[in-house]
Amino acid sequence: MIGKAARVASSLSALSSVLLTAAGGSAEGRAATPSIFAPVSTPAFAIRELAMFVLGITGVIFVVVAGLGVYVLVRFRRRRGDDRTEPPQVYGSRQIELAWTVVPLLIVAVLFLVTARYIYGVEGHRSREGALEVTVIGHQWWWEIRYPTLGIVTANELHVPVSDAARPTPTFLTVQSADVAHSFWIPQLAGKMDAIPNKTNRLWIEPLQPGTYVGQCAEYCGIQHAGMLLTAVVHSQDDFARWAAAQQTPARNDGDVQRGRTLFVSLACSSCHTVQGTPGNGVFGPDLTHLMSRSTLGAGVMPNSPENLRRWLDNPTALKPGALMPAMKLSPEELNDLTAYLLTLR
Amino acid sequence: MKMDAMSVLVETVAPGREAARPRPWLAVLHDWVVTVDHKRLGILYVVTGLGFLVVGGLEASMMRLQLAWSGLHVVPPETFNRLFTMHGTTMVFLVGIPLVFGFGNYLVPLMIGARDLAFPRLNAFGFWILLFGALLLHFSVVGGDGLYGAGSAPAIGWFAYAPLTERAFSPGNATDYWNLALLVTGFGTIATAINLLATILTMRGPGMTLGRMPIFVWEILTISAMTLLILPPLSAAQIMLLLDRFLGAHFFDTQAGGSAIAWQHFFWFFGHPEVYILVLPGFGIASEIIPVFSRKVIFGYVTLVAASAGIGLVGMGTWAHHMFAVGMGSPLNSAFAASTMLVGVPTGVKIFNWLATLYGGRIRFQTPMLFCTAFLYLFLCAGLTGIHLAVVPFDWQLTDSYFVVAHFHFTLIGGLVFLVFAGLYYWFPKATGRMLSERLGRWHFWLFTIGFNLTFLTMHIPGLLGMPRRIYTYPADRGWEVWNLVTTLGVPLQILGVAVFVVNVVVSLRRGAPAGNDPWDAWTLEWATSSPPPPYNFAIVPTVSSRRPLWDLKHPGDPDGLHE
Repeated sequence: MIGKAARVASSLSALSSVLLTAAGGSAEGRAATPSIFAPVSTPAFAIRELAMFVLGITGVIFVVVAGLGVYVLVRFRRRRGDDRTEPPQVYGSRQIELAWTVVPLLIVAVLFLVTARYIYGVEGHRSREGALEVTVIGHQWWWEIRYPTLGIVTANELHVPVSDAARPTPTFLTVQSADVAHSFWIPQLAGKMDAIPNKTNRLWIEPLQPGTYVGQCAEYCGIQHAGMLLTAVVHSQDDFARWAAAQQTPARNDGDVQRGRTLFVSLACSSCHTVQGTPGNGVFGPDLTHLMSRSTLGAGVMPNSPENLRRWLDNPTALKPGALMPAMKLSPEELNDLTAYLLTLR
Repeated sequence: MKMDAMSVLVETVAPGREAARPRPWLAVLHDWVVTVDHKRLGILYVVTGLGFLVVGGLEASMMRLQLAWSGLHVVPPETFNRLFTMHGTTMVFLVGIPLVFGFGNYLVPLMIGARDLAFPRLNAFGFWILLFGALLLHFSVVGGDGLYGAGSAPAIGWFAYAPLTERAFSPGNATDYWNLALLVTGFGTIATAINLLATILTMRGPGMTLGRMPIFVWEILTISAMTLLILPPLSAAQIMLLLDRFLGAHFFDTQAGGSAIAWQHFFWFFGHPEVYILVLPGFGIASEIIPVFSRKVIFGYVTLVAASAGIGLVGMGTWAHHMFAVGMGSPLNSAFAASTMLVGVPTGVKIFNWLATLYGGRIRFQTPMLFCTAFLYLFLCAGLTGIHLAVVPFDWQLTDSYFVVAHFHFTLIGGLVFLVFAGLYYWFPKATGRMLSERLGRWHFWLFTIGFNLTFLTMHIPGLLGMPRRIYTYPADRGWEVWNLVTTLGVPLQILGVAVFVVNVVVSLRRGAPAGNDPWDAWTLEWATSSPPPPYNFAIVPTVSSRRPLWDLKHPGDPDGLHE
């Protein structure tokens, strides 16, 4: 029954996907619309399948009840020429009322069983050999992303390998929070999972198609809740290996940017930020070891360009009001030196 | 013959001759401040609710301007966050609650043949403490950051999730204003709930058995009982938060081992049934108006009453469906999915019973009925999107997105505000002795309904496209702009609709057609007294022998009692 309904629903789904993504920018380009009807990952596909089934059922209910309503309202409206007598009074009917109690109960029973099956199906999925482990930690207002098995720490960009039938490589996420409640949401990959302090949650994704998918924090977490964006970059398995290898290299230490490096270490920067291989080992802000490998600054609020980086160092809250990084009141030369240093952290 | 029966009844309760001289305004004001009359307090509640509806609506309008397109700078981020916090808090606690308890206050004694509520002074206390709480909340705008700061409203969202509300993340006093204000309005609400409960259980007129009460009274009985069960846990949680913030307790202080989830359970144990507290009285209003305007007795009285009790009971066990994404685990997720879907059954039954009442009737589409008709459609939509949200994996995508925002505006505006408008057009003549203008009523209805659908029907779509709620702006490349623009365009129509309503009230108060005692040819007891009713409602409390005492008077040959 589910299979049949799902087939009916999938034709509906094709139609609605067209409707819903047509308005949402092109498929190429960095950020297409993160529609929940355009999944690219196994759990998101499962959710769409279930959603289509439920939309089908509720759609039929809507048509039947609304149709009945329109019929009754039109058919029994008072017309000109009606006499002033009252219509026959009907006080109720056991049988009819029983019927329209039992039928919804049966529908609910079916919906519940299907729902429970999908809940256990998605949540019961356990990590296996070959799966990638990633820890995502929500901060006000950025995402810390750690790869414990690979020794990589990055921010705001989740890089994962694509999974294929020959070599399934799902990614299992451990979702935590460093401060208040956040919610991790990349609609095309999976449903939300809240990041809650003192609690460890698990979520898995299995992207089947390389590409870049966007999402953002979905639980109100303070002034820059809107500025807590997320990007997932799904690589081919070879590309992912290359990306990981690059991230595992120690930070560059170029001789011609020594002044900037000295500034980074001697100013307060290093008490919040880590750059591997320097005394800077702060954990309050994002790890900067490979800052320039990331495409955005301020958790997605602007592209990561040299000009933006300099403006950001000059006064972060001008670009992201409420951001917790203070303006360090640097002179223009110091700004140039520090920017030049950070630009080498590729 | 039929008129004779009516006039006999009304003659005995007609008020004494009005004082010819207009009284000085200060004396009139004094009367309103010291009154313990349930009708005046009911009107005060309703006027307060409508006043804050305008405030909350303006807050929403500013948010919609900010979101009309990506990257706008209408308001800064903190202001936006304060706006949605105040909007939500205002609409639930300062609009929904006063409207519901206002209608209950005004109508319950009239409908059951009582002279007032059981505890008139407690009733006045309940209203004034609620108004005090409302003012305290808004005082945060000047006092929230300390008197030397610029002031600030709270920015914690209306459900104030821990640990964002702790001192570490929300310094200043804005959060304390929110906390204390809701605590005191809660005391007022509990007092009024006790009052209504006592009144309904002990002060019904002769012959008015529980089984003969109008359905509206049943709904008020249900929600008063629910209020007593769910508000104290919220108050308890708020006191814990108070201890956290002032005495260094760690109930919700996660940095010291407190629990963020505990607050969510406490809050939603209140917050979800609260939705039913707001919509069940709306259902009651619909159950009074639909029969009168289709000229038929309500279909399945017992079923409707049982359905409300069912919604109340099951509705108390559905709270954690707000928490499907917090990682509760599959067994709890499944259990709350089941209870949430189950609550859809009695709700569906109600819709069928209303349709069956309309079936075979002679439906008069005057303004109260127009609003009820729109309600049926809106609540059908709200119920079905509610089913979507109960399907846990689907909810993992939908929760905290704009889809949810659209859903609960269909629920609360459809299930409460539309029916409050219906009820205002229906009972305004009883309360004031004058009819509201039917022509302006139609303008009000169409402007508001079209505006509402433009805004909230459209709002589902950005949610499906991945737009989370409570963001003050969004990137340009997400494909959300068009939908947000349409959503915003619906706002001016709704404002215009409400403005027409205000004009209608102001004009009709002075120049409305005289209503008479029973302008709608209705059947419940409040239409058996004068408009407006005299102090203490009934000089001689009429004896009731069926659910529609005025039907019996008008149709002595075919009284209702034989069929019940």
